[in-house]
Amino acid sequence: MSTTTTAVLVPLLPFLGAVGGLLLGRRAPGFVRPLAVLPTLAAAVLAVATAWQQGGGRPVDAATRLTPTGSVPIDLALHLDGFAVLVAVLVGVVATCVQLYSTAYLRDDPRYPSYAALVSLFTAAMLLVVYSGDLMVLLVGWEIMGICSYFLVGHYWETEAARTASLKAFLVTKLGDVPFLIGILALAADAGTFRINGILTAAVSGHLAHPTLIALLLLAGVAGKSAQFPLHTWLPDAMAGPTPVSALIHAATMVAAGVYFVARLLPVFTASTAALVVLAVMAAVTMTGSALAALAQDDIKRVLAYSTVGQLGYMTGALAVGNRSAAVFHLISHGAFKALLFLGAGVIIHAAGTNSLGAMARTGGLAKRIPDAFWTMTVALLALAAIPPFSGFFSKEAVLGAAEHAAGGHAPGIPAAAGWTVLIAGLLTALLTAGYATRLWLMAFRGTGPEAADHGREPLAMNGVLWILFVPTAALGLAAWKLPHWFDGRPLTPTLTTSLLSTGCALAGAAVTYAAWRRTSVLTARTPLGAVAADPDAAPAVSEAEAIASHTLAYGHIASAPDPGDPGRLLLGPLHRHAATGFHLDAVYSALFVRPVRAAARLAAFLDREVVETYVRGAGSAPRLLGTAVRRAQTGNVQTYLGALLAGSVVLAVAAVLVATGA
Amino acid sequence: MTGTGTHDVLAAQAHGFLSPTGVEIVFLLVGVVTLGAAIVTVTTRQLVHAALWLVVALGGIAVEYLLLTAEFIAWVQVLIYVGSVVVLLLFGLMLTKAPIGRSPDADSANRPAALAVAVAAAAALVWVVADAFRTTWIDLRGAPQGTTKVSGEILFRHWVLPFEALSVLLLAALVGAIVLSRRTERENTERKNGAR
Amino acid sequence: MHLVYPAVLAVLLFCTGVYGVLARRNAILVLMSVELMLNAVNLNLVAFDVWLRDTLHAGQALTLFTIAIAAAEIGIGLAIVLQVHRNRGTADIDRLRDLREPDGAGPQQPADHDEKAEAAA
Repeated sequence: MSTTTTAVLVPLLPFLGAVGGLLLGRRAPGFVRPLAVLPTLAAAVLAVATAWQQGGGRPVDAATRLTPTGSVPIDLALHLDGFAVLVAVLVGVVATCVQLYSTAYLRDDPRYPSYAALVSLFTAAMLLVVYSGDLMVLLVGWEIMGICSYFLVGHYWETEAARTASLKAFLVTKLGDVPFLIGILALAADAGTFRINGILTAAVSGHLAHPTLIALLLLAGVAGKSAQFPLHTWLPDAMAGPTPVSALIHAATMVAAGVYFVARLLPVFTASTAALVVLAVMAAVTMTGSALAALAQDDIKRVLAYSTVGQLGYMTGALAVGNRSAAVFHLISHGAFKALLFLGAGVIIHAAGTNSLGAMARTGGLAKRIPDAFWTMTVALLALAAIPPFSGFFSKEAVLGAAEHAAGGHAPGIPAAAGWTVLIAGLLTALLTAGYATRLWLMAFRGTGPEAADHGREPLAMNGVLWILFVPTAALGLAAWKLPHWFDGRPLTPTLTTSLLSTGCALAGAAVTYAAWRRTSVLTARTPLGAVAADPDAAPAVSEAEAIASHTLAYGHIASAPDPGDPGRLLLGPLHRHAATGFHLDAVYSALFVRPVRAAARLAAFLDREVVETYVRGAGSAPRLLGTAVRRAQTGNVQTYLGALLAGSVVLAVAAVLVATGA
Repeated sequence: MTGTGTHDVLAAQAHGFLSPTGVEIVFLLVGVVTLGAAIVTVTTRQLVHAALWLVVALGGIAVEYLLLTAEFIAWVQVLIYVGSVVVLLLFGLMLTKAPIGRSPDADSANRPAALAVAVAAAAALVWVVADAFRTTWIDLRGAPQGTTKVSGEILFRHWVLPFEALSVLLLAALVGAIVLSRRTERENTERKNGAR
Repeated sequence: MHLVYPAVLAVLLFCTGVYGVLARRNAILVLMSVELMLNAVNLNLVAFDVWLRDTLHAGQALTLFTIAIAAAEIGIGLAIVLQVHRNRGTADIDRLRDLREPDGAGPQQPADHDEKAEAAA
C-alpha cells in the first residue's frame, strides 16, 4: 500500500465505523463494541504505518479536484509531513485507548451505541483535520468536531449541568468559528487557493495583502477551539460530559486542533508581528489565569480542564515565538499524559464515588484501592509539573527554550517582547502548575478518614489503558533527540538555563503546596464535607453522572467547595473566590453577550406580539366584523333574500342597459 | 271541425267586426281590467277573494290571447288556469285553514321593500320595452296564427319530442304530489297520540 | 296593433307578480303571484310569436309547455305547502325561518322534533 492509500484509510475507517455503529446500534447490539474499537484501532495502526512510511522525510502531497467552483477551487488534498503523521499517531492511539476504556466505563449505558459512533466520527474528523491539505476540507472536519463535541458533552443530558455545558461549548466555539470562516475566506482570496501549500508559499513570499487582519480572524477561531483566553470558558464546563470524552476531546485532540492549525499555517502568523504579540499575550494570560483557577477548583476534572487550558497556553506561547516544533512536541506529550490523567480521574471518581477533591481528602486508602491509577497518575502528574525525566519536562523545556531564544533576539522576525512575555508567564505557570498538581495528588491520594467503599477491582480495559498511556508519558521525553528530524530541524533538547529555572520553579511550587497542605490537613479532619455516591455494581459512568448532578446541591457551587482543608484556599488567599469562578469571566460574558441577546429577544418577541400580530389579528377581525354584519342579513326569511336578489338584478340590468346605450 | 269554425269566426272578427283600431282599444281596455284584477289579487286582505280576482286576471289574459289571434292557447288558458289551477288553489286555501274574511296579517313586514323593488323593476322594464318597441306594430291581418289546426300541426310535427318529455314531467309531478301529500302510518299514530 | 301594448302589459303583470311574491305571507298567495308572473311571460311569448310570424310557432309551443309546467308546479307547490302546514301548523312564509343565523333577530321556532319527524317522513 502506498503512503497515500494508507493515509486515506486512516480517517475513513473510523468514519465508516461511526456510520456502521449508528445504523446497527439498535438492531445488533453485539456489533457495537467491535464496530467502535476495531476501526479506531486499525486507524491507529495505519497512522503508525503512515508515519513509518513517511519517516519524517519530504512531505507527501496528494490531491484530487473536488469540483470546479468557478473562483477558488476546492481540492480533496492530503498533506503528510512530520507534524501531520505524528499528531495522527497521537490521535489514533488516544482514540483507541478511549474507545477501549469506554467499553468498560459506559458498559451499561443505554446510549452507548450512539456514544461510540460519535466518538468514532469525532476521531475521523480530527484525523481529517490533521491530514488535510486544503483549508475547506479542514474546515469540514473542524465543524464536525464541534457538533460531535456538543453531543458528547451533553451525553448525560438528564442533568442540567450537562445540558447547559453542551450548549455553552457549542455556542462559544461557534463564536470563534464565525471569524475563523471569514479569515479562511479572506486568506483564500488573498492567496488565490485553499491549498495550504499554496497559502504558505504566498505567505512566505509576502503576497498576503492583510496578514494582521487574517491572522487575528483566524486566532479567534483558534481561541475558541483550543480554549484560549477569552474563549476558554466552555472547557471547564464541558467536564459535565463523561470522562473518556473529556480525555479524548477536551485534552488530547479537539483542543489540540487549534494549536495544530496555527502550527500548520505558522508563516501566515509570522508575517504579522502584531498577531504574534497578540498570540503571546493571549498565551500568557491563558497560562497564568488558568493555573490560578486550577488551584481553586474542587472538581477533580475541572482542575484537569484548567490545566489543559494552561498547557494549551504553553503551545500557543511556543507558536507566538515562532517555534512550531516545540508546540507540536508539547502537544503530543501533553496529549499522552493528559489523556492518562483524565482516564485516571475517571477511575478515581468511580472508586471514590465523588468528583469532589474535598470529599476525597476525607477518604482514606484510596491509593490502595486503585494502585494502577495511583502509580500511573503520579507519574502523569509529575510529567504535568515538568519534573525530569518525564515527557512533560522535555516538551515544556522545548517551549521555554524557544521563548528564551526569542527573548534574546536570536529568532529573526519574532519580537523580543513576545519572547519575554511567554518566558516569564511560562516560568510563573510552571510554579503554579506544580502547585496544583501537588494539591491534586495530595488531596486525592493522601486523604485521611474512613476507608473508601470497595467497588471491586477496576475493569481490565480501564487499567490496561492507563498502562498503555503510561509508556509515552514516562518515556516520550527521549524523543526530544529524535524529533527534530521529523519536524523543522530545530533542536528540542533542554537548555541548561531554562531547565534549572523551570525545575526550580516547579520544585518550589510543589514544596510550598506541600507545606500549605500540612497546615490545612489538620482542618480537614475537623470539618465534615462531601456527598459520596456509591454504586458498586453499576458501570463507572453512573457514579460520575450522579456526582456531576449532585455537586451544586451538595457544595453550593459547580466548581468550588467550602473546604477549609483545601491548601489552594490558603495559597490563593483572597484570590481564591475569584479563581474558583474562573475570574468571573462568565459573569462578564453574561453582561456582554447573554443579557443583550436576551433583551434583543424580548424586543423581538414584543415586536412580534404587539406589532406584527396586530396586523394578523386585524386581518382576522376585519372579516369577522364583516361576517357579523352579513350574518345580520341572514334572517331566514326567504322573501327578504328574494327581494334583495331581485333588487340587485334590477340594478345590474339598468347598469347594463346604461352601459350598452352609452349613457 | 271546431278549429275551422273558430278560424272563420276569428277571421271575421279580425277583418270585419273589430277594425284594427278597435282591436287595439279592446286590448287596452281588457288589459286595464286584467292589470287591475292582478293588483287586487296581490293586495287584497281576503284570501279567497284573491283567488277569485286571480280568475278575473287569468281570464283577461285569455281574452288578450284571443285578440292576438292565439285561439288555441286562449282556450288552454281557460281550461287549465281558470279551470284547474284556481280550483287547486282554493282547495289549498281550504286545506290550510285559511281564514275567511279579512285577515290583517296577509302582507309580511317587508312590504315596502317589495313595493320598491316591484316599482323599480316595472319602471326599468317599461322604459326599456317602450324605448325598444316604440315603432313596432303587429300585423294581425292575414290568416290567424294560433288556430287549433295550426297549433296541432306545429306541436305534433316540430315539437313532438319536447311534448313527450313534458308528459313524463307531468307524470313525475303527479307522483311527487301524491307522495308528498300522503300521510304515513307513523305520522297518523303520532297525530292520534298528540295533544290534538 | 302596437307591440308596446302587450309588452307593457306583460311587464306590469310581471312586476305585480313580483310584488305579490315578495309581500305576501301566505304561501298559497305567493303561488298565485307566481302564476301571475308566468302568465306575463306567456303573454310576451304569444305577442312576439304573432309579431314575428314564426313558421315553427316556437312562442306558442313554448307557451303551451309553460302552462303545462305551471300546472305541475302548482300541484307540487300545493303539496309542499300542505305538508308544511301539516308539520308546522302554519303556511306563513316568514315564519319558516329555520335556516337563519341562530343568534340573529327573530323568534326561534320550537319545532325541532317536528323537523326530525319531517326528515323521517
